Amino acid sequence: MWRFALNRLLQAIPVLLIVISATFLLVHSAPGGPFSAEKNVPPEVIKALEAQYNLDQPLWQQYINYLGDVVQGDFGPSFKYSGRTVNELIAAGLPATAELALYAMLVALVIGISAGVTAAMRPNTVQDYLPMSAAMLGICMPSFLLGPLLVLVFGIHLEWLPVSGWGDMPGDKIMPAITLGTGYAAYIARLSRGGMLEVLSQDYIRTARAKGLSEPVIIFKHAMRGGLIPVVAFLGPAFAGLLGGSFVVETIFQIPGLGRFYVQAAFNRDYTMILGMTIFFATLIILFNLLSDMLAIWLDPKLRQQARGNN
Amino acid sequence: MALLEVNGLSIYFYSRNGVVKAVDDVSFSVDAGETLAIVGESGSGKSVTCYSLLDLLPKPPAKIEAGTALFDGIDLLSCDDTQMRRFRSNDIAMIFQDPMTSLNPFISIGEQLIEPLIYNEDKSRRQSRSEARLRAIELLNEVGIMDAERRFDSFPHEFSGGMRQRVMIAMALINEPRLLICDEPTTALDVTIQAQILALIKTLQKKRDVAVIFISHDLGVVAGIADKVVVMCEGTVREANDTEGIFYRTEDDYTRKLLAAIPEGAKVTPSRAEATGEPMIRVDNLKTYFPDYSKTPVGYIRAVDGVSLEIQRGEILGLVGESGSGKSTLGRSILQLAPITAGSINFDGTQLNKLSADHLVPWRRKMQMIFQDPYASLNPRMTVYQTLAEPLLYHGLANAKNIDQQVQHLMDDVGLARNNMRKYPHEFSGGQRQRIAIGRAIATKPELIIADEPVSALDVTIQAQILDLILNLVEKHNLTMLFISHDLSVVRCISDRVVVMNQGVIIETGDTEALWADPQQQYTRDLLAAIPMADPKSERLRTTR
Repeated sequence: MWRFALNRLLQAIPVLLIVISATFLLVHSAPGGPFSAEKNVPPEVIKALEAQYNLDQPLWQQYINYLGDVVQGDFGPSFKYSGRTVNELIAAGLPATAELALYAMLVALVIGISAGVTAAMRPNTVQDYLPMSAAMLGICMPSFLLGPLLVLVFGIHLEWLPVSGWGDMPGDKIMPAITLGTGYAAYIARLSRGGMLEVLSQDYIRTARAKGLSEPVIIFKHAMRGGLIPVVAFLGPAFAGLLGGSFVVETIFQIPGLGRFYVQAAFNRDYTMILGMTIFFATLIILFNLLSDMLAIWLDPKLRQQARGNN
Repeated sequence: MALLEVNGLSIYFYSRNGVVKAVDDVSFSVDAGETLAIVGESGSGKSVTCYSLLDLLPKPPAKIEAGTALFDGIDLLSCDDTQMRRFRSNDIAMIFQDPMTSLNPFISIGEQLIEPLIYNEDKSRRQSRSEARLRAIELLNEVGIMDAERRFDSFPHEFSGGMRQRVMIAMALINEPRLLICDEPTTALDVTIQAQILALIKTLQKKRDVAVIFISHDLGVVAGIADKVVVMCEGTVREANDTEGIFYRTEDDYTRKLLAAIPEGAKVTPSRAEATGEPMIRVDNLKTYFPDYSKTPVGYIRAVDGVSLEIQRGEILGLVGESGSGKSTLGRSILQLAPITAGSINFDGTQLNKLSADHLVPWRRKMQMIFQDPYASLNPRMTVYQTLAEPLLYHGLANAKNIDQQVQHLMDDVGLARNNMRKYPHEFSGGQRQRIAIGRAIATKPELIIADEPVSALDVTIQAQILDLILNLVEKHNLTMLFISHDLSVVRCISDRVVVMNQGVIIETGDTEALWADPQQQYTRDLLAAIPMADPKSERLRTTR
């Protein structure tokens, strides 16, 4: 298993290098620069700023320098937030975003798996159609619509929950987590329904029934393990997506997270910020994919044994 | 009153295409210590009947229309879920056909074994894990699993098919049921393993005095194990009698047809092998290895490990062996469908494994293959016409003008009505599909045909027809054939000469009848001894020996 992990991490190096190079080229080939603005700034001032951040050097020189810094874990200074480094900004935004992603993931897993499993137990009946139609709706509903709707109903009309903020008032984390998690819950519901249907039609489920086991034992012990493997495989990309895709929700609920920085950086042509965040997210995606693959291997005794044999 | 009495059972399947009467007014009974065999071909309703006893049918589409199944006086068909679970837990157990898929791959053997004890519906009969574990290990020993204590925590994939079926039997017996239903328990197993499993079921039954319902399509197996036989056909009972009555004094036409279709005895037609001259195919020290990634460093699976053989023009060479013996790999290697590791294959003096893909094309026309599963080997999106026309056009054997006529001739050859030309594979039965597959194989006017278990997926009456067809075609088109099968009776009635393979090497070669009469190797003797005969008297003699 560890050899498998190490292998995958080594494979990640060229992937990251491509991500860095492509992003570097893209941001630098976009028109304008971090210091171009609507106001007329004297050219000398811009020159001085560019010299300060080494932007006057040839592009390849900047690229080499940047790579050198990144290898040491230094994403450089932000161009827009003067005096602060990209590392500091990521560190500042990450806790809120990570917490939000975690809660959203919990929402997605609990709602998604229970809906999917319920549906699979009685396929093509009301018990199936109801949760699955809800899931379809959840997939179609964008978070910029769902968020304000929730705010309108539970925040303003019923006044049950605070309409914005993060950790300021009790319960202010509920609506953001639901808003962000719903789409993923819907997707997980469909995945777990498919996986469970497949497993429930297997011969070994018939064996379990013939043994006189009760439905709960059959579902939870015999079927879930195999049936939820598709969900496990989806967890990695989903978690990375939650971390990177929280911008809309963070904006709606005024959450001081990473998403905001990312989008602002793009508007501001804050080269180092865009690059730093992109590399950060790429690394997360690679790591979480690896984790969910390892989990899937661990769940399957046959794969687990093969992985052990490879060590 | 018998332990189980089934009366007037009718089960219909409701689908969009109408109602199928899967089981229609079926009655039988079985008593403690007795073995009742239900025989029939696929679609006869024999499995559906037995699944309904344990409420294992998917409802819908299945619906029990009428009848009762009294077990100890309680109707299995109308009892509630809790009562049914109680029966499943304690009184009626079932063993299924395919041990490879019937055990949960995610849960250890031991855990699956003790489940009927630790989750027993009857709370008073529940046992603790440690008690259950002891009982399970005891039973594993009894069904012949060595080193049971250590294997308790193994997973199903670490067991062979025969071992898994032993585990299934142990699991079925763990709560000392009074009725054991076996649904084709040995069909997926090799013949020597089958003999062991049948002997095991018999011993355990005697010891415990359980009633057994034994579902099978194999009359040889039934002859050896059953006290009473019910013959089913298209959902109805054709005949019910004691075993000897069925085998020796049957009154029913269908039963007679079934018995007559069992492959038996030697090949009737003389060998057409050319005695003189070079052999058509010469295989020298052939080795085909596959990488085995489960080992470190990566090892090899020696599927074929140094095989030399010759096939004379005009002869039918039988190739027998159990699963994993390398017989299919050998066939594919000869056709250059598997990458060979070492050795050579000569066809009329040309070394095939030295030819490039382009140069192989004309040779491909001369050698064709018939596969085991006619459901999987035909493209479901091509009509019969397209399937048969493709090889003709590809090898330039027909042109736009005469292609229709050529395809029609092929269909005549394999006994398919011409008006079936535009139909798709799913519109045909298994036997008809195998006719299409054979037609495709002979379309290119080949000289050599490699038939890999061509009748193993077919019912016994259909099997007899297809074997006849193959023999006729061999004669008519002057074919040479390598006939691969695990079924020794089938091989005997079609081959001139036989090669016995085991673990990648040839054990024995000889003229079919000489080999049957006097096998030289112990392995061959064991194989031949394990074939079940459709004759209750000789079967009984054998098992009491």
